[in-house]
Amino acid sequence: MSGIKISEDHEWVSLDGDTATVGITDYAQNALGDVVFVELPEVGASFAKGDEVAVVESVKAASEIYAPVSGEITGVNAALEDQPDKINQSPLDDGWLFRIRLSDAGEIDELMDEDAYASFVAGLK
Amino acid sequence: MMNRQGRKSGTGGIAAGEAPETFTGHSGLDHVEPLIFEIGDNAKTGVDLPAPGDFTPALGGLARQQPSGLAGGGLPGLSEPEVIRHYTRLSRKNYAIDSGLYPLGSCTMKHNPRLNEKIARIPGLSDVHPLQPISTVQGSLKVMDELAHWLKTLTGMPAIALSPKAGAHGELCGLMAIRTALEARGDARSLVLVPESAHGTNPATAALCGYGVKSIPANARGRVDLDLLKEALDDNVAALMLTNPNTCGLFEDQVIEIAEAVHAAGAFFYCDGANFNAIVGRVRPGDLGVDAMHLNLHKTFSTPHGGGGPGSGPVVFSEALAPFIPLPEVVSDGEGLRLREHPGDGDRSFGRMTAFHGQMGMFLRALAYMYSHGADGLRQVAEDAVLNANYVLAGLKDVMSLSYDGPCMHEALFDDSFLKGTGVETLDFAKAMIDEGFHPMTMYFPLVVHGAMLIEPTETESKASLDEFIFALRSLAEAAKAGDTARFAGAPHLAPLRRLDETAAARKPILRWVPNSSVEP
Amino acid sequence: MRYLPLENSDRQKMLRSVGVSSIDELFADVPEAARLDKLLDLPLHMGEQEVERRFAEMARANHCAGDGPFFAGAGAYRHHIPATVDHLIQRGEFLTAYTPYQPEISQGTLQCLFEFQTQVAQLTAMEVANASLYDGSTGCAEAILMARRVTRRNKAVLSGNLHPQYREVAETITQFTADELEMLPVSPGEPGADLAALMDALDNDTSCVVVQNPDFFGHLQDLSGLAEAAHAAGALLVVVVTEVVSLGAVMPPGEMGADIVVCEGQSIGNGMNFGGPYLGLFATRQKFLRQMPGRLCGQTEDAEGRRGYVLTLSTREQHIRREKATSNICTNSGLCALAFTIHMSLLGETGLRQLAMLNHQRAVELKAALARVSGVSVLGEAFFNEITLELRAPAAPVGETLAGQGIIAGVPASRLYPGDPALENLLVMAATEMTSEADIAALAAALAEALA
Repeated sequence: MSGIKISEDHEWVSLDGDTATVGITDYAQNALGDVVFVELPEVGASFAKGDEVAVVESVKAASEIYAPVSGEITGVNAALEDQPDKINQSPLDDGWLFRIRLSDAGEIDELMDEDAYASFVAGLK
Repeated sequence: MMNRQGRKSGTGGIAAGEAPETFTGHSGLDHVEPLIFEIGDNAKTGVDLPAPGDFTPALGGLARQQPSGLAGGGLPGLSEPEVIRHYTRLSRKNYAIDSGLYPLGSCTMKHNPRLNEKIARIPGLSDVHPLQPISTVQGSLKVMDELAHWLKTLTGMPAIALSPKAGAHGELCGLMAIRTALEARGDARSLVLVPESAHGTNPATAALCGYGVKSIPANARGRVDLDLLKEALDDNVAALMLTNPNTCGLFEDQVIEIAEAVHAAGAFFYCDGANFNAIVGRVRPGDLGVDAMHLNLHKTFSTPHGGGGPGSGPVVFSEALAPFIPLPEVVSDGEGLRLREHPGDGDRSFGRMTAFHGQMGMFLRALAYMYSHGADGLRQVAEDAVLNANYVLAGLKDVMSLSYDGPCMHEALFDDSFLKGTGVETLDFAKAMIDEGFHPMTMYFPLVVHGAMLIEPTETESKASLDEFIFALRSLAEAAKAGDTARFAGAPHLAPLRRLDETAAARKPILRWVPNSSVEP
Repeated sequence: MRYLPLENSDRQKMLRSVGVSSIDELFADVPEAARLDKLLDLPLHMGEQEVERRFAEMARANHCAGDGPFFAGAGAYRHHIPATVDHLIQRGEFLTAYTPYQPEISQGTLQCLFEFQTQVAQLTAMEVANASLYDGSTGCAEAILMARRVTRRNKAVLSGNLHPQYREVAETITQFTADELEMLPVSPGEPGADLAALMDALDNDTSCVVVQNPDFFGHLQDLSGLAEAAHAAGALLVVVVTEVVSLGAVMPPGEMGADIVVCEGQSIGNGMNFGGPYLGLFATRQKFLRQMPGRLCGQTEDAEGRRGYVLTLSTREQHIRREKATSNICTNSGLCALAFTIHMSLLGETGLRQLAMLNHQRAVELKAALARVSGVSVLGEAFFNEITLELRAPAAPVGETLAGQGIIAGVPASRLYPGDPALENLLVMAATEMTSEADIAALAAALAEALA
């Protein structure tokens, strides 16, 4: 996958027109361990950047997912309800979380590109 | 094969994987035991009741259909010997204090005296209804009054609410009194400060009381950072919730300065009394500036843990909070004792935590324990608990990594840095303890160190028992460092079950037996 | 001291190993001003005999239920507990184990919890149940908080005939949360009026209606219509049962459309104990599972494919979620739940039904006997094992008079609703399988005399 942007909360954003697909990074799924449950937002709900929009849970931890950009939810990955492990197996593809229509296109530029994220993660170790 | 203590090895010379597979699936004393629903029958019963005679029911046409519940699965019963065998077999799959050292940090797994159980079953004290006329329950009220007196004396606090049902319920009781007191003086505040090493109940309780939570970091010595605390304290802070001794097993040596700073900011000092066992009879929280503190009777005062409850969490209060505590309250009116159950005119009590008067069965056990120990024995409890923990600390600090320099109080905190590079995870290390005959310590708590291992031996252990425990942990630590990873991977090997798949349990929760597998609940 | 294994010689050796010369050095972190250097003003340690003597003395100051005819109920009930129950819960492996955090060596406790959860679900006719809460009253407050999370609405409507202490607990627990409570007026003689008021109170802000069945005064009602109305308004129906034995005879709340069922489970396996410890049963629909408070046990497999049980869905709980947890609760009522499960396994469907019908029969007989007493009228028509009398005179002094004669006649409503003249003459009474014909006759005679 190319051209994705990534937040400091380890969420990737892939923009297509005015709508972005959002998921968590491989680093994040690895840190979280086996995902057992995902709580997704309602389609049509609006969030400001930084709002809590979803929750990804493993056996021993619950991780809030914060909106990496502001906008309205246009779709969610309903397959995760039955198969939350898609997040572990395919975090950047089948394990996507939701789609959001951006209300402020400029926000996408505030996120890191993949190289910047790679050094951000390296700095965490 | 002989082990390092010169005893015959536990598997009788056969390696674990080589034991013959039994025909029944049972394994000696350990039986595979089905669910009651798989062996019982709706028509079967283990009680003999007189048959109801002829009468006209008055159930208003709302009679239950049989058999009840999902898919008509009903409630299978068994005869008395079958019930006894079923639950006896199940009981043998449990580790318990009665069978061995139970070093769960922050849980105070001490001996549960059987005298307590005998006392709690005296018919004159147990076969009593909570709403009988007050003239008929003077003995029960006396028990409550005595317990209140002992707890107030031991903590040096002037007021007490006995009714909270457990520690977390007591925390809520304490914070509600604080919020009520603040509101009574027209002082709306919105924040509770909680050290990062706190029990999870502290922030959860603050949230239930309508407060935001701010975490206060620890300093390099594992105590609250006083400077950061002072920075965080302002006129928006309602309370500090502090466990002392803290969950790193350390006494907060600046506690008096902490209390002064909290009070200077107009806030209250809530102390989580989970670790009171370390200081009972040697330190009174009232002398430390505490405004409210719950006492877990199942920790310090030996009421049984019972596989997870019931608890009991009386809360002691300072003069400043005394007017706001919940009802009921035992009071003496000269002629005898009575229960104040309803607020009077101008009463500032914040309300009622529970129906009736609290965990009376636990009050009886705790009071029996306090009588048994007396003022002298309780002080000895604290001293022995602290001595035992320091003995373990001293016995392990060269092979495991101690998080903070000792001496500790009643528990010793290690982290997992000694396992670095061994390929052995903290969890594996703990599970290997099971094979050596011990319940693991508390793991991954407190959150302030990496891979925490918190060991609380309690005063219940003899020196010989501690020596064996230290020997086991030293041996495991050395084995890990020597690359003997097989013993850890997939441990335990010798428990009734091997490691359980918690991920599968959480992904597709099966929370009940289903009568017919084709029926989805 | 019999509970402390260390001898002084051990202590000396251990102090040396630790590297200190006295125990005081280990308490060096305690500020000097706070160190107690002498014993507190409390008695010194005592032997078993002396402890027993003290408690026996206090027990003698009580009149206990077994001392005479006994008719108190109102949320706590006197039932027979088979000897097997008390024997098994005192096995050290159950009594002295902690929360089953290490499932490999806690399968005993865990399988019992799984059986408990199933029994509670079957009994209430609900899909899932948790591993228990403190008691019925705190469970009721938790149900109100849960209904807010599920519906994202914050107004709970509480029946006037809900146990008054349950109402007080709900008011207390919600006073600093986002919940609003609408408290309907009490209607002891007209259960139908209470139901109608609950329906009227439903609106678009209602998270739940909370109703007790049988209600505080003993009346049984069909709640199906209320369930429909609540659901039509987008609210949940919370049903509270304080006498769980009733479910052996009465249509369970799940069949009436309940969304959350809260019971006081004391009646099965647990004594009255002057009010605690008791047992909160909590059951709901599968779809609300993630919002349920309290501990849950689930089935899984071990590394060799054998069936086993673990605590699960812990991410709802305080030790992981901290301030975002569904509740601050950290324990269940473990040993009381075990007593419930063992007693229920002894009873089975057949025994439970017999027990329940025996209770009902005694209450029918009690009602018939008291209806003949001059100055007494019995409120209501449909009931299980509890009825309310309206006396010619205030009930509390009558209760005291009878207590003086060794009869615990019931609970005067004024004990729980002080200062309400309309309720002053009401006496709430229960009959159970422990009640004999002679008890009823003695009560009727004493009551007739007291009211003459």
